[in-house]
Amino acid sequence: MNDVSFDVKRGEVVGIIGRNGAGKSTLLKILSRITKPTKGHAKIHGRVGSLLEVGTGFHPELTGRENIYLNAAILGMRKAEVAKKFDEIVAFAEVEKFIDTPVKRYSSGMYVRLAFAVAAHLEPEILVIDEVLAVGDAAFQKKCLGKIGEVAHGGRTVLFVSHNMGAIRSLCTEVIWLDEGKMVIEGRASDVVDQYLRTTLLGSGSSVDLSNVQRSLGNGERLRLLNIEFNSGRPIHHGEPLAVRINFETMVDVPNVAFGFGFSTFEGVRVMTIDSDLVEAQRALPKGHVGSVRADVSLLQLQPGRYALDVGARAGDHGSLDYVAGCAQLEVLPGPTTPSSIIRDTGGVRVPANWAWSETPAFA
Amino acid sequence: MSTHPETLPTFNIDPPEGWADIGFRELWDYRELLYFLTWRDVKVRYKQTALGAAWAIIQPLFMMLVFSLFFGRLAKIPSDGIPYPIFTFCALLPWQLFAHALTESSNSLVANERLITKVYFPRLVVPIAAVLGGLVDFVVAFAILLVMMFYYGIVPTWAIVTLPGFILLAVMTALGVGLWLSALNVKYRDVRYTINFLIQFWLFATPVAYPSSIVPAKWRALYGLNPMAGVVEGFRWALLGKQEAPASMLWVSVTVVILILIGGLYYFRRMEQQFADVV
Repeated sequence: MNDVSFDVKRGEVVGIIGRNGAGKSTLLKILSRITKPTKGHAKIHGRVGSLLEVGTGFHPELTGRENIYLNAAILGMRKAEVAKKFDEIVAFAEVEKFIDTPVKRYSSGMYVRLAFAVAAHLEPEILVIDEVLAVGDAAFQKKCLGKIGEVAHGGRTVLFVSHNMGAIRSLCTEVIWLDEGKMVIEGRASDVVDQYLRTTLLGSGSSVDLSNVQRSLGNGERLRLLNIEFNSGRPIHHGEPLAVRINFETMVDVPNVAFGFGFSTFEGVRVMTIDSDLVEAQRALPKGHVGSVRADVSLLQLQPGRYALDVGARAGDHGSLDYVAGCAQLEVLPGPTTPSSIIRDTGGVRVPANWAWSETPAFA
Repeated sequence: MSTHPETLPTFNIDPPEGWADIGFRELWDYRELLYFLTWRDVKVRYKQTALGAAWAIIQPLFMMLVFSLFFGRLAKIPSDGIPYPIFTFCALLPWQLFAHALTESSNSLVANERLITKVYFPRLVVPIAAVLGGLVDFVVAFAILLVMMFYYGIVPTWAIVTLPGFILLAVMTALGVGLWLSALNVKYRDVRYTINFLIQFWLFATPVAYPSSIVPAKWRALYGLNPMAGVVEGFRWALLGKQEAPASMLWVSVTVVILILIGGLYYFRRMEQQFADVV
């Protein structure tokens, strides 16, 4: 990192955005005193609590109760403080019944909920949070965001790294945009986010290289998504066909493969999902297979607007083989058949139906 | 807002500056973390074992049996007039404490990699907690020693009051060496493989299976360069009422330990600045 300098005032909630490898995590690690900078200087007033990972220091053999105390101590909370908030933490995590069960018997959802709950009850003057919201189900993510918002509005200073532009927009007052270790701009949240989205928006004619981006779920070690392309590079229009092609390779034999895409608004609400196993059987793919799969949607019913795209490959119903959330931002343009009223906000999708008319009122 | 600006602590973040001070004050601020990490190590150690904490007794007990049979019975190694089994068991206790603490602390930073790369806290907490975790096993095995002393009719003299000093010396030795090795281990994983050798050689160089009296008197002070020699003979003197205190040997041991420990603390603090990047 180079030439990054900024001031954060007390009580400000500052978002840090940028592509993977832009230096966001490095910045947080330096400010959390985990690593030392090679040059430069920072001055911090107040205790820093950092949440760079959910569940740091959790031990699988220990019970939920024991892990709460251990994890809290690691995050810098006093024992007395934890004891006071213990019930609140357990309630937030919704694990009351399993609090004396070793966490290795927890479902991954419970584990993450408990881990986040401990961290959410930290009360340092300055809170440093890295993309920890990419975990858990949608309902819990929402709860986490709510909690972070509560912390942020409670007068604490927060530094928040996220790829979720909806969350950044709604939580942060200021945003710093980093690219290749340098600061691009700093300013009002909505201005910076808009500018960021405009430049990173998937332009027509391009495809998204996924081979080296950070994975959100699954590690891409058995099957790896390589790239994804829309409409062979032509613009995407509402009410017109959409073709999405994924290139991938397999490192091992994988039975039951299904591919899928999800389109979410920048506020983080998923509005449309396309899954291959909705219409055809899951496939077995041999080891070392480099192939592609194309999904054709005859009429794209997604409203015009900008969406964040998630893409993934699953094995069976659960195990994620590879999943990249928010790998691209794409724009759906109004099509020739789009009525002008639809350009305004009328929900996520607009679907055609068969309409049967009758001359008399009908009662069931 | 509940806190005033003047009450907030201020931290400066600067590039590494070479030799750093040890930071005892910060270490004290993090004493609860030290407690919880120690507690975790103890709690987890015998999880999912059928015998549980009995392992803390079984290990020294079996070593005592083996030593008594081969060195005491067959090789007829002298034991300063003390029954051989208790002679060697009394030495095995501090030895096991030391060997365990050294192994655990040397591997501690690597074992806690996740913590080090994701959270800030004084890194010294990690090897210190690893060393302290061994004390619980020691206390359990010590109860067996008391039973054996009763069986052999050995009544300790006033010298028993010095025992905590020898325990401290064993812990300091393990920590001193452990600090060097744990910091080295972050960069060079070779250390992990070296530790087993080191401990085996060190065992032979320590009067656990034999008395230090077989070492010629004029060399005995020099023998104290191995601090564990001082510890082991100190244990026998404090508990079994051996005639003479291992005085000259002990002074050498204490000096050596203090040097290793201080050197280890400074070396650790110097290397610490790169731990999160290298581990």
